Amino acid sequence: MLDDRYDLAFRLYPYARSPDQDAAAPVRHPVVVMGAGPIGIATALDLGLQGVPVVVLDDHEGVGQGSRAICFAKRTLEICARWGCGQEMLDKGVVWNLGKVFHADRKVFEFNLLPEAGHRYPAFINLQQPHFERFLVERVRRAQDVGAPIEIRGRNRVDAVAVADDHVTLDITTPDGPYRIAADWLIGCDGASSPLRRMMGLDFEGRVFQDNFLIADIRMEAEFPTERWFWFEPPFRDAGASCLLHRQPDGIWRVDFQIGWDIDRAAELREENIRARLDAMLGAGVGYEIVWSSIYTFQCRRMTRFRHGRVVFAGDAAHQVSPFGARGANSGIQDADNLGWKLGLVLQGRAPEALVDSYCTERRHAADENILNSTRATDFITPKSATSHLFRNAVLDLAAHHAFARPFVNSGRLSVPCAYDDTPLNGPDALPGSPARTRPGAPCPDAPLGAGFLLDRLGGRFVLLGIGTDAPGDIASGGVMAEALTVAAHDDPTGALAERYLGEARRGVYLVRPDQHVAARWDHVDTDAIRSALDRACGRG
Amino acid sequence: MADLVTTPNIADADAFYADLIALHDGLTEEESAALNARLILVLANHVGDAQVLRQALDAARAAGRRDG
Ligand SMILES: Cc1cc2nc3c(=O)[nH]c(=O)nc-3n(C[C@H](O)[C@H](O)[C@H](O)COP(=O)(O)OP(=O)(O)OC[C@H]3O[C@@H](n4cnc5c(N)ncnc54)[C@H](O)[C@@H]3O)c2cc1C
Repeated sequence: MLDDRYDLAFRLYPYARSPDQDAAAPVRHPVVVMGAGPIGIATALDLGLQGVPVVVLDDHEGVGQGSRAICFAKRTLEICARWGCGQEMLDKGVVWNLGKVFHADRKVFEFNLLPEAGHRYPAFINLQQPHFERFLVERVRRAQDVGAPIEIRGRNRVDAVAVADDHVTLDITTPDGPYRIAADWLIGCDGASSPLRRMMGLDFEGRVFQDNFLIADIRMEAEFPTERWFWFEPPFRDAGASCLLHRQPDGIWRVDFQIGWDIDRAAELREENIRARLDAMLGAGVGYEIVWSSIYTFQCRRMTRFRHGRVVFAGDAAHQVSPFGARGANSGIQDADNLGWKLGLVLQGRAPEALVDSYCTERRHAADENILNSTRATDFITPKSATSHLFRNAVLDLAAHHAFARPFVNSGRLSVPCAYDDTPLNGPDALPGSPARTRPGAPCPDAPLGAGFLLDRLGGRFVLLGIGTDAPGDIASGGVMAEALTVAAHDDPTGALAERYLGEARRGVYLVRPDQHVAARWDHVDTDAIRSALDRACGRG
Repeated sequence: MADLVTTPNIADADAFYADLIALHDGLTEEESAALNARLILVLANHVGDAQVLRQALDAARAAGRRDG
């Protein structure tokens, strides 16, 4: 029996019988991805674009209804741009920079994200998660049209796995009955309640927050500006402990009420009760239609290890955070970005399996950073003691009058990518005078380059970036090539590239990983040093 | 590196102490507690230095112990 656990927004991969179902023995695939949520599709896209054959299994036939995630960060858009689907997300999304913070019936202050100039993508867009996922699947379809070996199998539910040293066997249920396949590598992208984790008896430790959040996505023609409005202790009737109003595309608004732990779920979800809350908040006479509503609770937790032999976990299956800060899908996309090139090199025999362990080290560090940030935000929004509540309100009272108190106000520290400071893949940081933001391990910041942008030229392979000096030509080691890219002063029209990558230095050479993170940097070209940094970045260090 | 000043540093200690107490005149306990919290944040920001703040947190907590 294959039951739907949710309704579909877009039916994108209807069930079709696969020849594997008629094979005498389980057909073996290099990579199988379990789960076609945003992270599973992204992982498959990254691998498929490298020419690595990948099969994605999902027990549904498309994208679920209800836009859980709405805030997608610059780094996510940059990664999607590398995959070839950033622009359509930007075109559809709502760009916002202004936020207002309210406490009870007064405005405490407003902020502007003040995005730095000279980046192709804005700090954030708001976009319904179903659209985000649809754009990823559409990109997969275009890649398939030109031969990318990606297959998405809808209505394929994974029911059991047998994990061996060098492969995994999967039992799958379909509308035509069960069948079995094998995979050299299995990537678990099956979401926060990951059945795979359970099948393998793996832990998922962390903190449960005793609170319920009522979400309503409503369509209205109202004069609210494109801003993020957040209330602590909102003044409207039954609004709960906090409230968020945020705009999405197509005239849709996200309203999020924090309604406490002891609630009658079914009653709260009745339309008349949701409407009573919304009417009190929006004021009488504002017309709207409820597009989607849901009540959610959340946890902050992660697996101890993301890799278990030939099984690797990514996205919500590996780690879960509170929605404050929009770090769920955004961090999962970085998982896919991080894992893709490493697994690709390993499968092509150009890097040792140990490279995949660095995925676990790096992304676990990122998960800890995200959990720390989202836990702190949660504790500020929902103080856990009378004293904590006292200080929270003291901060809000002061913030209305003094700038110094505003950095304490925490309604979610919005997702920024993690710098992998302690990864074993990092090489030398040997460029005196250069900025910390571009140190080894950090994600490359964008900058105008010629008529385009720097990030358009990085990623997907190792790049040797020479700024103000000739890169020494392509350099190869152990079958991996770093491609030379030279930037002269006239390619840097605004000077932003020099400011972000050189600082006080006059020239520099950067080794940049396929996921656009810095591997090493120097003040001069030393071919041997570059070769050894390249080895190190491929897990041969 | 800066250190927390733990020797007398306020010229007229009696006057400041009187001001501090007077500040709470007419407030309920709850209002007083809120005022204290605001005052701590104002002073902490003025100090700024992370190490001094850490020492201040530790000094305040340690002086409350009665078991040593
Ligand atoms: C209210 C809310 C607001 C949020 N807001 C944001 C935000 O603004 N920004 C942000 O970045 N994140 C946000 N998130 C988090 C974001 O939605 C998740 O991080 C994201 O969906 C995780 O993607 P995933 O692919 O890892 O998992 P999922 O999206 O859960 O996908 C898992 C997939 O696996 C499939 N599956 C499960 N079991 C099986 C099986 N046995 N066999 C085959 N397939 C299976 C499921 O059908 C599903 O398609 C929010 C979350 C919530 C709840």
